[in-house]
Amino acid sequence: MQRDEFILCELLYQFADDNFILAYRGSEWLGLAPHIEEDVAFSSINQDMMGHAVMYYSLLEEIGAGNMDDLSHSRKPQNFRNAILLELKNGSGHYLENPDYDWAFTVARNFLFSVFKQVRLEALTQSSYEPLKQTAVKILSEHYYHFMHWETWFMQLMSSTKEARERMEQAVLRCWKEFAGVISIGMYSAEMNKRKLICSEADLRKAWLDKMENVFQKLKFKIEEPPGMESGNGRNGEHTDDLTEALKVLNEVYGGDKEAVSW
Amino acid sequence: MKNSHLKDEVRRVLQQVTDPEMPFINIVELGMLEDITIQDDDFVQVTLLPTFSGCPALDMIKADVKEKAKKLLNEWNNDLMIEVIFSFHPPWTTDRISEEGKEKLKRNGISPPPAQYTAGESWRIACPYCNSMYTTMENIFGPTACRSILYCNQCKNPFEAMKPIANLSRI
Repeated sequence: MQRDEFILCELLYQFADDNFILAYRGSEWLGLAPHIEEDVAFSSINQDMMGHAVMYYSLLEEIGAGNMDDLSHSRKPQNFRNAILLELKNGSGHYLENPDYDWAFTVARNFLFSVFKQVRLEALTQSSYEPLKQTAVKILSEHYYHFMHWETWFMQLMSSTKEARERMEQAVLRCWKEFAGVISIGMYSAEMNKRKLICSEADLRKAWLDKMENVFQKLKFKIEEPPGMESGNGRNGEHTDDLTEALKVLNEVYGGDKEAVSW
Repeated sequence: MKNSHLKDEVRRVLQQVTDPEMPFINIVELGMLEDITIQDDDFVQVTLLPTFSGCPALDMIKADVKEKAKKLLNEWNNDLMIEVIFSFHPPWTTDRISEEGKEKLKRNGISPPPAQYTAGESWRIACPYCNSMYTTMENIFGPTACRSILYCNQCKNPFEAMKPIANLSRI
């Protein structure tokens, strides 16, 4: 693979894996969401986001990175390029046994990421790689509804009871400690910028922080410290056991019985 | 001359292919057909635009197009081949749904989306049963990616509406 293609792949994996893993975490809420309307809405959002992951994986397939199903199901955890925040478990327990999932964390993570996804997609509509530009335009039209959904939850819970506010603030702070990992575009950022595949990390960060500050201001909330990256940089292949475990569940059928998935 | 006639025939076949989740409307009325090209006189390529990226019906639609078109093409010329490709460029938008398509949606209890929609604008939806505008959005997300759930306060019927999708990069 030529250098140009390698750099492009590194970037596409970030988008594909971000959407893939967060959609998986979302799908673990199925049947457990706070009410039935949310169950319908959240599964629809997860389905869309899986679709977004498919779009990016198919761009990777087109430039020869490999078969799309293998890319999503057969890569080792260290080859994933998603941000660590997005792979973290929804809470303690397991889907089938005592799932003690944290809705505040889910709302905070999805809202903060939605704001960032909007910023990133808008930046990608200026990308030098035409297929990526077109993909971003398509995803923006769907993301519009996802953004509205998480904004509604976020604003309402942050303006609700004392307990809700406290739990939400804790959840936001927890996301904040990892969010620099979402903003990062990894160790090849200079080469990505040189090829004009995406704007600079500093531009992404500024646009995201401006939007967050605006939201926080309405809610009379403030965070002094800059977003952190406590558990490492997923863009460079650093991950937690949460990802290893999630991929094991995701690959159970694909890795276990090739016949079953060959249809 | 010959090819343009073949194109019309293929288009006629596509009008028999319906959305598996909304079997009363065909993919042409839905605005999914972007292009039919005939290359080297023996290769037909149909380009379709998916409505939503995560739509699970795409594989079924593709298989259906191929099966129905193959029968027709064999009558025409045994060597003809057909391929279906999905493209996201241009993105599918609500204004691609034809007038007949909108009528059919309505007759089946699904409010058609407004043709022109600007992000951020409030979305006024008439009840497909009684045409009242006195309706409430229950859930933007419905049973499929492209539909929302609403309630009519006039005739007390729950109903669905297709989400408006606009090309947001133009704004």
